[in-house]
Amino acid sequence: MIAEFGLAALWLAAALAALQLAAAAIGLDRARADVAAAVRPVAAAQGLLAVLAMLALMAVFANSDMTVRLVVENSHSAKPMLYKLAGAWGNHEGSMLLWVAFLGAGGAAVALLERRLDERSLTATLGAQAAIALGFYAFLLFASNPFARVWPAPADGLGLNPILQDPGLAFHPPTLYAGYVGLSVAFSFAVGALVTGRVDPAFARAMRPWVLGAWVLLTLGITAGSYWAYYELGWGGWWFWDPVENASLMPWLAATALLHSVSVLAARDGLRAWTVMLAVVAFSMSMVGTFLVRSGILTSVHAFAVDPRRGAFILALLGLYVGGALALFAARAGSVRGGATFDPVSREAGLVANNLLLSVILGVVLIGTLYPLVAAGFGVQLSVGPPFFNRAAGPVALVLVVLTAIGPLVRWRRDDAGAVGGRLGAPVAAASLSAAGLFAFNGFGVAPLLFLSLSLAAGLVVASVLPLWGRRLRRTPLNLWGMAVAHLGVAVALAGMASDAAFTRETLVAAAPGIPARVGPFVVTLDGVIPRIGENWSAVEARLSVARGDSEWVLRPQQRYFSDPPTTTSESAILTRPDGQLYAVVGRPDGQGRWQLRLWWKPFVTFIWAGGTLIALGGALSLVGRLRGGRARRRFDAAATA
Amino acid sequence: MTPKGQRATLAALGLAAVAGAALLALSGLKDQAAFFYAPSDVARGGPPVGRAVRLGGMVAAGSVARAADGVTVRFAVTDGHATTPVTYAGIVPDLFRERSGVVAEGQFRPDGSFVASNLLAKHDEKYMPPQAAPGTGQHETKTLRP
Repeated sequence: MIAEFGLAALWLAAALAALQLAAAAIGLDRARADVAAAVRPVAAAQGLLAVLAMLALMAVFANSDMTVRLVVENSHSAKPMLYKLAGAWGNHEGSMLLWVAFLGAGGAAVALLERRLDERSLTATLGAQAAIALGFYAFLLFASNPFARVWPAPADGLGLNPILQDPGLAFHPPTLYAGYVGLSVAFSFAVGALVTGRVDPAFARAMRPWVLGAWVLLTLGITAGSYWAYYELGWGGWWFWDPVENASLMPWLAATALLHSVSVLAARDGLRAWTVMLAVVAFSMSMVGTFLVRSGILTSVHAFAVDPRRGAFILALLGLYVGGALALFAARAGSVRGGATFDPVSREAGLVANNLLLSVILGVVLIGTLYPLVAAGFGVQLSVGPPFFNRAAGPVALVLVVLTAIGPLVRWRRDDAGAVGGRLGAPVAAASLSAAGLFAFNGFGVAPLLFLSLSLAAGLVVASVLPLWGRRLRRTPLNLWGMAVAHLGVAVALAGMASDAAFTRETLVAAAPGIPARVGPFVVTLDGVIPRIGENWSAVEARLSVARGDSEWVLRPQQRYFSDPPTTTSESAILTRPDGQLYAVVGRPDGQGRWQLRLWWKPFVTFIWAGGTLIALGGALSLVGRLRGGRARRRFDAAATA
Repeated sequence: MTPKGQRATLAALGLAAVAGAALLALSGLKDQAAFFYAPSDVARGGPPVGRAVRLGGMVAAGSVARAADGVTVRFAVTDGHATTPVTYAGIVPDLFRERSGVVAEGQFRPDGSFVASNLLAKHDEKYMPPQAAPGTGQHETKTLRP
């Protein structure tokens, strides 16, 4: 019954999306502006229905309704409630429904909350949003129905992959999807502005909070996903340049570029066409990501063996939206007048350079990710991994870090190169000091790129807080705080990445109880192995005594056995200290009383995720600042016209 | 600078960035892409020695053996037509078992055996290395248990 309700809600939402598109198209005709009045309420209702459909699916999973095929294939009645609910999106159909629910909710939020954009542009924006939604409703209803029944109903389900039975599943995909969908809103804004021809600072100010919000969520989603992979996969790595990771990184890179160019448009009325183009690219990257993940076309640790028709369907949608937007751009770009100009030494120029470098990194990641696909077309099977991405994108990223330090210290419109150099004294001193310190302790022991990274990170720490220097901190606008915090986050994350790559120590032993093993400054002793029972798993658990100097700890890594489906997973045990993490994985016994132990000492690895969190926090501060600023400006305008 | 001139400059810079990315990527791909081999490719001869490549297939039944040091694993990867011996020092991934798919990253030795530095065997709800799918008939064997 609930399943039918969900399916009905989905069909109804699809019908409303069609209505929304038609009303917007008719309403854009100035003579028929009364029709446009229907667009907002229809968008709100459509969003509500899409969310209801998602809730219905979650209810079906919560009840373990084994007459629904998706539940049978991905859940089990013995599962803890959290994983029953999260299991609703731990599969293809459910995750696409979540996508659509967020898409609908995003459209509804625009319809209900957006007060800055002029009414015609808003109508066009909601029309574009309906067009996107329509395609995905069709995809769900015709190619991936999440509510399909199975007859006769089996006694119980096949269960959820134990790797996914982690709180990470409850938070990582929804955050990331909400971010993707935020970019769809930015895309719709861009299409709307192209249709009405109003690409101006008002448009940029209206779009900015959506871009900021999407970007914050993407940042959080990627950071959380990275930490999840780090502790769950038991490989001790935090980023694998896996196609699915790249699929989340590419929209983030584009959104980062968009975030910076939209500032130029809002503050200085420059980079008009470029900003619109970036909005199109950012959402295209989300679609490419969805295509890569959902088509199962690439060899990946996330790889699915799925129906190729689905891949073709998403590819067709991708072609339709991106092609449509680019055609619109080509047709209307001429009507977007050139904005204000600026000097080669100015904040604008710095932001242009930021955009170009981000575009280069994006291009490298995109080509590296798609190359195996192209090669497969020529009958060559290959994979592109970390060596390529690190070597091709790494140096460009470091140049970008230098720019991140310089950019905020340059004035808008025109500045003097000598004066900028003067402001850079403190950061350069910090970088040099850090380089000298590193050299004193390690000599030439650190790879040049990592050496450079660590020094630049120190320089950026100082440079990122300089824009706050000499200001009265209480009266400093929140968006300035946001920028400083986000750039500080970049420095912190970079330091963590470089430190992990340069100083990690690894030990692999077959450990007999009582015989100590060494990793970095730690001595690790296997005390023994005991059996454990959990809610839906059983495990063998190793007890490790860990000592460094006079301090002692106990770590308990596990090998877990799940029965539905039958799988073993290794649960790593991590000891977090202020200066890094000790990471322990227990493997299988060798039959002679020894157990495989893999140990890593990773100095300052936590900085990676702390940095990611700071970046997101900076974005959130900025978002709050912009929303407050917008409200204050509207109040001022209202008072001026009264 | 006139708005038009600035626009042209920006467009040129944008194009240069895209071209730069393509150049950077393609030059990197030339020597960094890891080619994928199946055991029959290896049997046909000439696997590159000392280059990062991937070897994919199924773990042959009854082939997994542990060395005396307790950390080195030997097994054979098969695609139904040929098999390749593999050694790997480390903890094997959770989903690694006989008669199931595996992708090994590593290098070939001159004798045609493979030294893996990393094994991939997992991650999503219905994971299967796509290379292992055709020929092994696994697409058809995924049925619902009663």
